[in-house]
Amino acid sequence: MIANFGYFALIITFITALYGVGVAAYGATQHKPAYVESARRAMLLTWPLITLAALALITLLINGHYEIRYVASVTSSTMPTYLKVTALWGGQEGSLVFWAWLMSAFASAASLRKWQRDREMLPWIVVVTMITLAFFLSLVIFFENPFARLWLTTDGQQVGAMLQPAGARALFPADGQGLNPLLRHPGMVIHPPMLYLGFVSFVIPYAFAMAALITKRSDDRWIRITRRWTLVAWLFLSLGLILGGRWAYDVLGWGGYWGWDPVEIAAFMPWLTGTAFLHSVMVQEKKGMLKHWNMILIILTYALVIFGTFLTRSGVLSSVHAFAQSAIGPLFFLFIGVTSITSLLLLGRRWSILKSENQLGSMFSREALFLLNNLLFMGILAVCFWGVIFPLISELVTGAKVTVGPPFYERATSPLWLGLLLLMGVAPLSAYASSTIKTIGRAVWKPALVSLIVPIALVVGGYTNIGAILGYWLAAFVAVVTLYEFWRGSIARSRRHAESLPLAFWRLAGRNRRRYGGYVIHLGVVLMAIGIIGIEVFQTETQATLARGEQLTLGRYVMTYDALSQFDTPDGRNVARAVVSIYRDGKLVDELYPRKDFYYASQQPMTIPGVRSTLEDDFYVLLVGWEPIAQQGATFKVYHNPLVNFVWFGGFVFILGTLVAAWPDQDPETARIRKRRQTSLARA
Amino acid sequence: MHATCLPQVVFILLLMLPAGVLVTAAQDGGPSDDEVNAVAHQLYCPVCENVPLDVCPTQACEQWRATIREKLASGWDEAQIKGYFVEQYGARVLATPPATGLNWLVYVLPPLALVFGAFLVFRAVRTWQVEAVQQARVETSTEVDPYIARMEEELRRREE
Repeated sequence: MIANFGYFALIITFITALYGVGVAAYGATQHKPAYVESARRAMLLTWPLITLAALALITLLINGHYEIRYVASVTSSTMPTYLKVTALWGGQEGSLVFWAWLMSAFASAASLRKWQRDREMLPWIVVVTMITLAFFLSLVIFFENPFARLWLTTDGQQVGAMLQPAGARALFPADGQGLNPLLRHPGMVIHPPMLYLGFVSFVIPYAFAMAALITKRSDDRWIRITRRWTLVAWLFLSLGLILGGRWAYDVLGWGGYWGWDPVEIAAFMPWLTGTAFLHSVMVQEKKGMLKHWNMILIILTYALVIFGTFLTRSGVLSSVHAFAQSAIGPLFFLFIGVTSITSLLLLGRRWSILKSENQLGSMFSREALFLLNNLLFMGILAVCFWGVIFPLISELVTGAKVTVGPPFYERATSPLWLGLLLLMGVAPLSAYASSTIKTIGRAVWKPALVSLIVPIALVVGGYTNIGAILGYWLAAFVAVVTLYEFWRGSIARSRRHAESLPLAFWRLAGRNRRRYGGYVIHLGVVLMAIGIIGIEVFQTETQATLARGEQLTLGRYVMTYDALSQFDTPDGRNVARAVVSIYRDGKLVDELYPRKDFYYASQQPMTIPGVRSTLEDDFYVLLVGWEPIAQQGATFKVYHNPLVNFVWFGGFVFILGTLVAAWPDQDPETARIRKRRQTSLARA
Repeated sequence: MHATCLPQVVFILLLMLPAGVLVTAAQDGGPSDDEVNAVAHQLYCPVCENVPLDVCPTQACEQWRATIREKLASGWDEAQIKGYFVEQYGARVLATPPATGLNWLVYVLPPLALVFGAFLVFRAVRTWQVEAVQQARVETSTEVDPYIARMEEELRRREE
């Protein structure tokens, strides 16, 4: 009953979305505002409708309706309720419903803005967002139905279908298989929604861009309207990537947080184009340049968002994330192809009206440096995209499957990241249009000199890795430039307005949140760079089999194997848990409990590390295996990860900066009214 | 034995094997775990998905690590072991494709794309610069041309 209700709600949402597309397009082309308004209301209606479908599915998940195929595949009676709710996005079908639900929520939110100034764009926003929504709904209605019941056919096969296949009888399993053990982690509970929010929010700026092209608007209005949408999308995508990294570090047991897995890269690619877009739109807003390029970037971002969802959901590429494998791949490819080609054709038709309003005065102006920044981001994108699809091409052409692993990405992208760090230091010191090599040189030499302290200290300290020394120098350079910018602005404001320095700093950042939020993001990147270089270059590891009481040494740390116990848990796991003591410089500093869980239902092992975390480093212990007889001997793999916590700390600062930049400004109209009131009060 | 206990027993027995092998190997003075992992790190599990062999937790990978240990104990070097695995399971066990045949494209295309992008940026910047110079010239020449200045002055007077 609940399943039928949920499925029916999906179908009605799908029909409503299609109605919105048709009526909006008709209203726009025939200049009939009533039709456009009807389409807008249809768009608004999709959200409560699909919410009903999502609630129906959640009800089935919580109440253990294992006769529903999806419920049986992602939940079990031993799972806590919160995990049963999050199982909504734990499998293929549910996550597609979740994607569509978010899409509908964002589209509805966009439709609620004040449209007086941009009325002509509205129908096309409805068309683009509702086409995207209808596509995802069609996948769940026709191919990946989360409400399908389990049936046992006459030839003994289990199938999922809404209606009873001929001769089949309904199945009522006593319990489900449970959620993939890898997904039972707080990071994984939040990580997919964050990524999806990031993906879905990027659809809104894309929709506005298409609306601007269709309505032949050559101004930057679409960028100004969607600036906050873009920042919010970028914020969620960044948060999703950081949380995903933390999850990998805590759960996957390889001692790192980023494995250049195809699905990681799939989420990373729209982030790359989104970051390039966030920089290049500033040039369009300030100088009326790069209009074509911004359109290309947002089209590319949209295509990569769909591509990312496709890779995550289709399981077409071998990956640790390929939890769900299905036959929806060709449909995704078709949708990406049709939307990309249509968007590019539209851009081609409007090419002439998007001419630059200004010319470039200097090769060292800020706009030129932003262009260079975009080039480097596109270079990293090229490496990522090519690395992800090459195994497929190889298999198609030669029949041989190849692996494109971390060494390829690390070697190819490292110089580009260093180039981006350099630009992050130089660009804030440049000016629009007027900067020359001389003015840049004058502004740069002092921070460059101050930051030289870092590489000198490293060399004196005995470090010889050129890449690390260069990386830390550039990170220090960016930090000095950014802090100097804060200092310079605060001092100037403090003098002009006779304010205390902290107040001047607070108001300075408050008046130009975008700029100073951006600087905070840069500081976050610096911190993350410190952590990334630390773990990439200076990570050490060792593995040894120890008898109880024996020790292993790694750097300044000594680890003693104390004990091991093995037991079953009520949630269907067998747990082998070791106890190890950690000594640093001869002093006991911690006791860790690395363990190995084995999930009986899914026959899946999971390695959970024991980690001693400080700002300086992590001592990361994995239990690899153990001797059965009285658990006397056990094998441990141990990593020393210097500075890794800077990655998480930097991530926090990064998100904070994005929040500052995205924080809503006061509405100009309200500000004017308030100012007028204040003036009249002062006069009175 | 109760049927439901079977998975537990199988699991425990499977876990016994590698640890037993490792302890024996370590006691025999054969290759150390770190030596095995140094080679395993450069290989990818042929069955699992994108997981380096040194950190893959499955039993199959445990056996492949045991194979590496055996080969190292027999005096094989790193290149020979990698060659053996490629022969057995194909080039996909390598972390990066060997630079032969079609695989060259992996290494050549991204730098080419970057160079092409740089060329496009350079060309766009040059075009904008030339346009800026031309515009500046037109503006400058308009400013100094006495005839244009006189005409503008007359127009201004008429409007007044």
